[in-house]
Amino acid sequence: MSGHVHRDDLGSRLGMWLFLVTEMVLFGGLFIGYSYMRHRYPAEFHHGGGELNATLGIINTIVLLTSSLTVVLAIVAVQRAEKKRAMAFLWTTLGLGCTFLVIKGFEWSAKFHHGLYPNAPHLATLPPGEQVFFGLYFTMTGLHGLHVIVGLSVLAVLLYWVATDRIRQDRYIHLENGGLYWHLVDVIWIFLLPLFYLAA
Amino acid sequence: MSTTHTTAAEPSYLVDTGVRKGVMAWLTTTDHKRIALMYLYAMVVFFFVGVAIGVIMRLVQLTTFQHIITAQTYNAMFTLHGVIMIFLFVIPGLPAVFGNFFLPILIGAKDVSFPRLNLASWYFFMAGAILAVLSLFTGGGAPDTGWTFYAPYSLRTGTNVSLAVFAAFVLGFSSMLTGINFITTIHRLRAPGMKWFRMPLMCWALYSTSWIQILATPIVAITLVLVILERFFGIGIFDPAKGGDPVLYQHLFWIYSHPAVYIMILPAMGVISEIIPTFTKRTIFGYKAIAFSSMSIAGVGSLVWAHHMFTSGMSGFALMLFSLLTMIVAVPSAIKVFNWVSTLYKGSIDFQPPLLFALTFIFLFCIGGLTGVMNGALALNVHIHDTYFIVGHFHYVMFGGTGMALFAALLYWFPKMFGKMYSKKAIYVSWFPMFVGFNMLYFGMLILGMMGMPRRYYVHLPQYHTLHVVATVGSWLLVLGLLIFFGALIVATFKGPKAEANPWGGVTLEWTVPSPPPLENFDVIPTITHDPYHFPQQEVES
Repeated sequence: MSGHVHRDDLGSRLGMWLFLVTEMVLFGGLFIGYSYMRHRYPAEFHHGGGELNATLGIINTIVLLTSSLTVVLAIVAVQRAEKKRAMAFLWTTLGLGCTFLVIKGFEWSAKFHHGLYPNAPHLATLPPGEQVFFGLYFTMTGLHGLHVIVGLSVLAVLLYWVATDRIRQDRYIHLENGGLYWHLVDVIWIFLLPLFYLAA
Repeated sequence: MSTTHTTAAEPSYLVDTGVRKGVMAWLTTTDHKRIALMYLYAMVVFFFVGVAIGVIMRLVQLTTFQHIITAQTYNAMFTLHGVIMIFLFVIPGLPAVFGNFFLPILIGAKDVSFPRLNLASWYFFMAGAILAVLSLFTGGGAPDTGWTFYAPYSLRTGTNVSLAVFAAFVLGFSSMLTGINFITTIHRLRAPGMKWFRMPLMCWALYSTSWIQILATPIVAITLVLVILERFFGIGIFDPAKGGDPVLYQHLFWIYSHPAVYIMILPAMGVISEIIPTFTKRTIFGYKAIAFSSMSIAGVGSLVWAHHMFTSGMSGFALMLFSLLTMIVAVPSAIKVFNWVSTLYKGSIDFQPPLLFALTFIFLFCIGGLTGVMNGALALNVHIHDTYFIVGHFHYVMFGGTGMALFAALLYWFPKMFGKMYSKKAIYVSWFPMFVGFNMLYFGMLILGMMGMPRRYYVHLPQYHTLHVVATVGSWLLVLGLLIFFGALIVATFKGPKAEANPWGGVTLEWTVPSPPPLENFDVIPTITHDPYHFPQQEVES
């Protein structure tokens, strides 16, 4: 390319929002599947929801919501040219995100111990509706977990960019976009919580 | 009205000006024009692979018994023919090649909004293509499910469905990123004075296409992921033995794959809307009607998917609803056809190869569209479901429609893209066997389907034999035409005479820049003061 540098923050943000739309539709397909299956097996979904640990689910919700707040605070800090503070908030976000994954890991391993995972001999003895419930549970929380990991990787890169001044007071659109992605991860979880944990 | 000469000093985009030279300069380019050409070269190769598979399948139908290949290979071939043609050629064809090349130029921009993302899309496309090819030779052998990957068979077959499905997922990602790029480009990079209703209609077509790409592709992406999860972990969502529902798969698949049909046809309609004003030397009839019909096709077209599933056991109410919506979607398509024909009426027609192919598009698309309305009629659908009638119908739309429009676009913009002119005589010669062969092949299929010939059978009963022979002979003529067509273009890229900046007398922005355009398209970003199809002499007449 030539020396011409094209910069369009509004365009970048628009592109990010469009990408978030695709993410929402991606999960939308699963939500369609969920609503159809729940309509078909209401009792089994009720019972399946009872097997999940609602307390851990709610703790994770608080963890994730707090991490969304710290991302916003990091953006504000960058806008005010408070680099150290911005980095501290981003580190906090990373820590909270990892906490979420650890709690999620405990939940999943508990389910595995109880034989409640796809293709498990124990699950196969349960009514079909509950098998579908756990199939959906692992698919949807798994895909969400994958998004948490991607989001954390993105935030780690952004943290590095803040440290190396690539993101600074007059140029923070990347951090904003990364923050938007993290909020999306958060919003999807907010839907997953009632659909699975509070279904009982 | 011929050329607005920019300084000849600016080298064309085909000349390496950066640090890297040769192949590396192409593989690392962020120039939308070079990326478009890389898509074009890859797609022509895939297209001919798809054609070759199609020809072999036609050879199998030349007799009433099994020969050349086994039934299992035949299953793999129709799957592969579908996957290659749909995911590697028809869906990405017009947006990725001509959208990439001309969208920025048509709106007066130097490039797309996210040039590096654009290059990444090409790499995703190539990765998906390579994975699709790999799926043929690895694992349990080539997938044999048909390109629709219907559950529960796709969950049980020992063939390499997982890799093929993953390839489609990666290709979908490429398509989505291109959609995001185009929408942002249209919103943000229009030249000063390029108001929404001053955009050439190709831009409207690409805009509506991009919205479908963004809103529909993720659904098929998650559906394909579910198939993979189902095959590896047995999550049971589509598996009736575990309480799942295979019909749910069909819904999720068609929620994307029917709108995908409009991803294929909308840019084709955009191309036709560009070509017809240029060769009639008058402004398009009903500009806004065409622009809005693109958007309404995108909208209504997203609500008709279940017409692929009329025999899957839906409720009577759902059947009627989807049948009605299917018929409604024919209205905006017809609006376009009427507007094109009205533009031709009393225009000063300059009959050149691009117009010939554009008119071929209108003719073949009308047959494809009207047979589509027949498919939407419930009672008739039960009779022709999964027959050759369906095969004939979608080839009329996809090949006769999108394919012919793609050829028309290639003929229209070839001088601009390569700076060379092709032999018009060779193109006229290629048209004749192509057109005759096409109709022998696919109209034969329409009749066969009406008679009851089911699709995807590797042998047929004697009563279908005559038409099968006609169709097979047609396929030879069609291939002959294709070879002459692409042969003429390939010769032209090497030996063609130099093309002028504006060989057709067009008035949209791409004809104001040199052929081939310089790296950043415009020396000075133009300021737009009038409608896109503004022919000065026309103003004198009226």
